[in-house]
Amino acid sequence: MKLKFLLPVLLFAGVATALGVGLTIKPGDLPSVMINQQVPEFDLPPLLDRPRGLASSDLTGKVRLVNFFASWCFACRLEHPLLNRINADGIVPVYGINYKDMPEDAKAWLDRLGDPYARSGADFPGRTGIDWGVYGLPETFIVDRQSRIVYRHIGAISPSDLENCLLPVVEKLRASELAANSIKLPSACQRSTQQIDLKSKLQTKS
Amino acid sequence: MRSSLVITTLLAAALLGFGAGPAQAILAGEALDDPVLEARARDISKGLRCMVCQNQSIDDSNAGLAKDLRLLVRERLVAGDSDRQVRDYVVARYGDYVLLKPPFKPSTYALWLGPGLMLMLAGAGVVVFLRRQSRRPPTAEAPLDDDERRRLAAMLDDA
Repeated sequence: MKLKFLLPVLLFAGVATALGVGLTIKPGDLPSVMINQQVPEFDLPPLLDRPRGLASSDLTGKVRLVNFFASWCFACRLEHPLLNRINADGIVPVYGINYKDMPEDAKAWLDRLGDPYARSGADFPGRTGIDWGVYGLPETFIVDRQSRIVYRHIGAISPSDLENCLLPVVEKLRASELAANSIKLPSACQRSTQQIDLKSKLQTKS
Repeated sequence: MRSSLVITTLLAAALLGFGAGPAQAILAGEALDDPVLEARARDISKGLRCMVCQNQSIDDSNAGLAKDLRLLVRERLVAGDSDRQVRDYVVARYGDYVLLKPPFKPSTYALWLGPGLMLMLAGAGVVVFLRRQSRRPPTAEAPLDDDERRRLAAMLDDA
């Protein structure tokens, strides 16, 4: 008899727990299916007035960041000084893919704000972006020595994202010959997107 | 006379509404010349989520990425892909999340079977409840006394 009395209470507790957990899930955080996959095949032409383009074959042998950016993307501008610093301090090579941008605009943007990219390519039609599963700029991928995608960061990189997530992952990849999928991501990488990322996600070229 | 006019107007409005259908973002020049391929493209597009807006299909969305994916779908169809191959191509890049109708697989069993299970549980609950009700002996109800009968008559008169 007592158990029967508890039934609605337990039912309520169960539903409340399920809904409570549901509240903590951020629907904006989309898992990438590209994780642990080889980078997709691509061969992009150079940006305006740059000598070399970027191809998937350029992404072997070293741990790298691959950053999708565009001059029309507001959040890209926010993270740009940080990319410049990564480049200036030689922390990790950053490769850039200029996504759906006018060649002159991209050139003007890099001339004015600095060019942090060791290599870059222009994806004007956006097809390479689709192959990487990109859906909102900026997106930054960590690619390991075997040119596998290990991690994807959506939205502008903040200094703390860099310190607590991206760089530790880069260090782990450098320190080991392990397969990318055996790398344990720091908890900071699971931390949810911030205010600023929401803005960047809303920003898409139309 | 007047009411029939109103009904006619309402009917016309409803028909017009249905005729217009949902808003479509597909642009002139995107559609394929082959009507069969185009119909397949529209059908596939309606099932693919626009990752930017997330609650629209790429067929409905004005986003740049949706447009690119619409063109991609058509390109693959022209190249001879089956509907399934086209969907798999997009899923390989954006994951199951890109499908507006989630696939039936172990991680989605709860999603697909949950509602039926809940219905069955609730149905079982109702059956148990009703059985118990019918098993309970009917309570002998006392007839109304004179006072109650007078009050009832008064209430019925009022109405």
